[in-house]
Amino acid sequence: MEHIKTPKVGNVRWLDNHSRNSTEGTLYLTATHLIFVDVQRNKETWIVHTHIQSVEKLSIGQAGSPLRIRCKTFQVLTFLITQERDCHDLYSSLLKLSKPVKIDDLYAFSYNPRGEQLSQQEGWDLFSLNNDYMQMGLPTRYWKVSRINNEFGLCETYPRLICVPSLATPALLMGSAAFRSKRRLPVLSYLHENGSVIVRCSQPMAGLNSRSIEDEAFVDLIRRSKSGPDDFMYIVDTRPMLNAVANRAQGKGYENTDLYENIKYHFLGIENIHVMRNSLNKLLDACEDSTNTVGAWLEAVNNSGWLKHVHNVIQVSRFIAHAVGKENRSVMVHCSDGWDRTAQTCSLAAIMLNPHYRTIDGFLALVQKEWLHFGHKFTHRLGHLDGDPREVSPVFTQFIDAVWQLMRLYPCSFQFNEQLLFDLHDHAYSCQFGTFLGNCAKDRQVHSLTSRTYSLWGWMMKRLKSYTSPLYHAVEQHKPENKLLLPPKLPHCVRFWRAMYNRFDKGLHPRQNVTAIVKTLYDETAKLTNDVASMRKRRNQLRQKLGFETQKNELTPQGDVSPMSSPSHKATTLRSKSPTLVKIPRRPASTDDVQSLAPPQAEPQTLRHAVHSTPDIASISSNKKPSVSIGGALVQSSDLVVSFSTQCLSDSDEEPVANSNNVVTEKQLESAPEEQQLPKRKILIPDELAGGPDHEVEIPESGWDLIQHKVLDPSVNGVVGAPS
Amino acid sequence: MEFSEHILTPKIEETRLEGPDISPVFGTTCLTGHHLIFYSHNKENKEYWILHRNVDSVEKRYSLDKNVLVLKCKDFKHYFLSIVKQEEANNVCNSIEILSNQTKSSYQYPFFFRPKFSIPEDGYDLFSVEKEFQSVSSKSDQWRLSNINITFDVCTSYPSQIIVPASITDQEIRKSAKFRHGGRFPVISYLHQNGRAIMRCGQPLTGNNNKRCKEDERLVNCVLGSNHRGYILDTRTLQSAQQARAKGGGFESEYNYPQWRKVHNSLQKCAVQQESFVRIVEACLDQSSSSEKWQSKLESSSWLSHVRDVLAAACLAAQCIDREGASLLVHGSDGMDSTLQVTSLAQVILDPDCRTIRGFLSLIDKEWIQAGHPFMDRCFHSVFSNQRIRSEGPSFTIFLDCVFQLLMQFPCSFEFSVQLLCELQNHAYASQFGTFLFNNEMERRNHKLRTKTISLWSYLLSEEALPTLINPVYQSKEGVIWPSVAPQSMHFWDALFLPKLDTSTTIRAFVNETLSEIGQLQNELLDLKQEVGNLEKLAADADGVNDVEE
Repeated sequence: MEHIKTPKVGNVRWLDNHSRNSTEGTLYLTATHLIFVDVQRNKETWIVHTHIQSVEKLSIGQAGSPLRIRCKTFQVLTFLITQERDCHDLYSSLLKLSKPVKIDDLYAFSYNPRGEQLSQQEGWDLFSLNNDYMQMGLPTRYWKVSRINNEFGLCETYPRLICVPSLATPALLMGSAAFRSKRRLPVLSYLHENGSVIVRCSQPMAGLNSRSIEDEAFVDLIRRSKSGPDDFMYIVDTRPMLNAVANRAQGKGYENTDLYENIKYHFLGIENIHVMRNSLNKLLDACEDSTNTVGAWLEAVNNSGWLKHVHNVIQVSRFIAHAVGKENRSVMVHCSDGWDRTAQTCSLAAIMLNPHYRTIDGFLALVQKEWLHFGHKFTHRLGHLDGDPREVSPVFTQFIDAVWQLMRLYPCSFQFNEQLLFDLHDHAYSCQFGTFLGNCAKDRQVHSLTSRTYSLWGWMMKRLKSYTSPLYHAVEQHKPENKLLLPPKLPHCVRFWRAMYNRFDKGLHPRQNVTAIVKTLYDETAKLTNDVASMRKRRNQLRQKLGFETQKNELTPQGDVSPMSSPSHKATTLRSKSPTLVKIPRRPASTDDVQSLAPPQAEPQTLRHAVHSTPDIASISSNKKPSVSIGGALVQSSDLVVSFSTQCLSDSDEEPVANSNNVVTEKQLESAPEEQQLPKRKILIPDELAGGPDHEVEIPESGWDLIQHKVLDPSVNGVVGAPS
Repeated sequence: MEFSEHILTPKIEETRLEGPDISPVFGTTCLTGHHLIFYSHNKENKEYWILHRNVDSVEKRYSLDKNVLVLKCKDFKHYFLSIVKQEEANNVCNSIEILSNQTKSSYQYPFFFRPKFSIPEDGYDLFSVEKEFQSVSSKSDQWRLSNINITFDVCTSYPSQIIVPASITDQEIRKSAKFRHGGRFPVISYLHQNGRAIMRCGQPLTGNNNKRCKEDERLVNCVLGSNHRGYILDTRTLQSAQQARAKGGGFESEYNYPQWRKVHNSLQKCAVQQESFVRIVEACLDQSSSSEKWQSKLESSSWLSHVRDVLAAACLAAQCIDREGASLLVHGSDGMDSTLQVTSLAQVILDPDCRTIRGFLSLIDKEWIQAGHPFMDRCFHSVFSNQRIRSEGPSFTIFLDCVFQLLMQFPCSFEFSVQLLCELQNHAYASQFGTFLFNNEMERRNHKLRTKTISLWSYLLSEEALPTLINPVYQSKEGVIWPSVAPQSMHFWDALFLPKLDTSTTIRAFVNETLSEIGQLQNELLDLKQEVGNLEKLAADADGVNDVEE
């Protein structure tokens, strides 16, 4: 590499930031990493260049020239280098190396996972939009999945598959897109089990007195696209009102409630990317200062405003979740361009509303959907390339912080732990994987990332064991009272995330890890359960051999495990199953339905343990093709039947997609015979579609011929590769 | 009973009660000598008992249609009692105000309380100076047990029996006591396994004339033993120590105590800490504040600063003992507050025994109750009282918060959970038990506390309470624990101040569940193993028979 002047510098002292300790060693500079090896060669510290936020030469002292490197992972390293010339060479090399100019220079294109069982294709097709839409039970009577944006002609920064009201015509969509900033028209973000939705978009080009009949009609259609009485819908403008008003002068702005029917408009005051950038910088300055008193520290944290902003983001999300989950109302969310604050609040609201998004799979799929597919500008915001510093902002970090705040408040509600958040955060910045490169789905397609780089999801799937929280109660999550997490409104509940922002200052953290112990306990339970099972097996063999009669309860389908006799057998039945089985159908019509449809693999109380066991990581990732992806889809099919069959009545602008290779279809067919035996179900069709007052229509449950046409082909989705 | 004269309206119908753990309910309110009892008129007919002593202040919120009394309790809970007639509301208010401020010792509730739980062991026997002496003399033979204070004439705030250096006579001790504030001559607080000792006392009465006392010097020096090095930790700034001389107090001059190095580690006075205590609770109860306001109140209350300072001072003390191998003498001015915070916390840091439940309760007995921390004065009022603060101060609360900090940083080193700390805090301020009654051993003796009241320890160690106080992830006794005192490492004590936001109970319940599951599995495995063993024997026998037949 032309930038590397001195590939090796010896006699370097690495100074600890919070004590007077230091480590002696050697610095190596490679094309991709800065490596520190201590004198005893015990420990190597690798810093990928893309993690370097800034390099600073401190004033020269007697002992040498200090070089301070601040990383995007919040690590701060200070090296004392004997020769000033070496220090300067390192400094200028790192300046260049940490700010690549072309996307092709990024680490992802040269990364080679040596020593890891990771293939290049792995993970790219894990979380497809299509799967997520199916997870939500789409299409429904009111909502369809549209391919109108297949060539990114409707909106460049949206994915190819978008979900819009089933009655929306292409003309309406085009009209609305034309009236929205960056053509980001309102599209479905989340469909709740009660039929209320979260819709996301960008600000309208309202200016001082512009309007769009199509946009008004489209928003009204969204408002009416749910069952229940004709009632108002919220529009949540996540910006402070002043910012929204200022935007009007530039021909943008906000919806005029006189023109949009039955809307309640709320400005919820989340500050813009520049405020957030400054806020985090101030917080990090405070974190770095090891001389702070408690008072000065608390004051600095307050002055940074970071906790206030995080609290605000959570509260806006709570407002949305409350409207959807409690008030049964739809919410349309936007900020300016609808890719920063909108992404934060929509995804946080989904986490609060639906336990699925609190599982590992669900959470990563949510990041993939709300952040990657819907065009959060990762390359700009995270500063992957040398570019406009005013475009850089820790919006994604703030989202991860907010998720952590929720995890802290509800420790048993999340399947994943802090480690997952760290890895997600660090690798969004590292550019080691192609996943977070580019600013939108189209960008990623242009650079052929799925064939040229590795996927972070594939890499993370190998590490599931280190991501699972032993405290997670899978079954509890689906109890009605636990489904919706509405965090307290009190600002007292938002805390400074020491483990993130002071992550590398080991001395500041608790010296003992409770979760590690809980995990050991969990493993102990699993081991004992195993021992009990094998011992029981041995006993039965002996009994048989001796001609004793085996006790009745031993002859159940569970084989060796006696049913119900004690809660201890939970783990054995499921130990070898992958965690995807834990998925519970999103919208079971009733618990009876679930049980009759679900393969009898799992008794509900076994689920919690199934998550923890995750014994076979490799199998999980290989299983995680679309087929399993909706282990839930199997279960869910009865709901799908209903929605598909009704969908066909109204849907006309979508070509049916038949694909014999479609794994989902095959899977569903396998369980079809079961479906056909089901009794007919009554569903309610509201008047606007059925053309009269509420009346019941009988629809056969087994509309399988219809479904096969309508199941969406995962390969349609641009980002996701076709199933192998 | 004399209480009746204060109870003007003993029973009121049609009242309404609401509280943090009670959704609004109608019922009848009754007043007794020690309780406000509310009989709810809903299906469950639940009774709510509020101890008068727990009520810190009563606020009248009268409007045209209802008269609400806000009972602000010492556990920071607020109860809202609505009464139809204003006159009755006034009567209740007056009665509670008088009964909750009852100072007459024999009227205190613990003298009337009879427990419903069985007492397997008397908590008053958990700690005794004899046991402590045994433990000390197992490590060193330089100590003896003295009855010098048997009539409490040497020091009113010390216990009757005291462990003193064997080489010092009672006569010398009397002289030393006269030279120390409140008669609190240097006594041993803790003997570390390396032979170094922590001593504590009141300030020396040097005054402006730099008075000295040979006996005191001898007493202090004889703990140094062979290594001749020691630190005196003064919990005041040098300046305030110097100012104290004008009032007859002072500090040890290096000239007269040449083997000792003096360290000033300033901790705030009771009144300052009390102010801080009031403000932090107020900040926590303010439901309407914005994020900025809350953070600024948290900062300006200085509560976490006090906690951190005490913890840092205790670390310094522990460092002298364990790292420097030096003995330590701790005092402030009267040696009853910050001194005890430092010496007791240092022991929690140094001695794994103090991190067990029994060890911790014994430590509180030894370093707080027997050592004469004036609980009655310090905890007479909590944070809501309108009355002028006289001698109130949260010394004990800050100590508990420091233990909480240690517990957060070393969650597996403590046998008890944060629940125990909350219980101790609440019982120190209002209790049916006698443990925290009165200011010192002398008062407790005079009122025959041991025979007439029940010890809180009896309750905490009973089968009823103990399981809820155990930390399920307690691992083992390890040696010294060194906490971080960086501001980032300070935790806010949610379980006490913001119980609604506390998640530690959820986690504890989860671990307990898993543990009981493991227990069941282990039993089952044992049974199975036995059965398989028997069967194998049978099978072997059968095989043997078969072999013969073949």
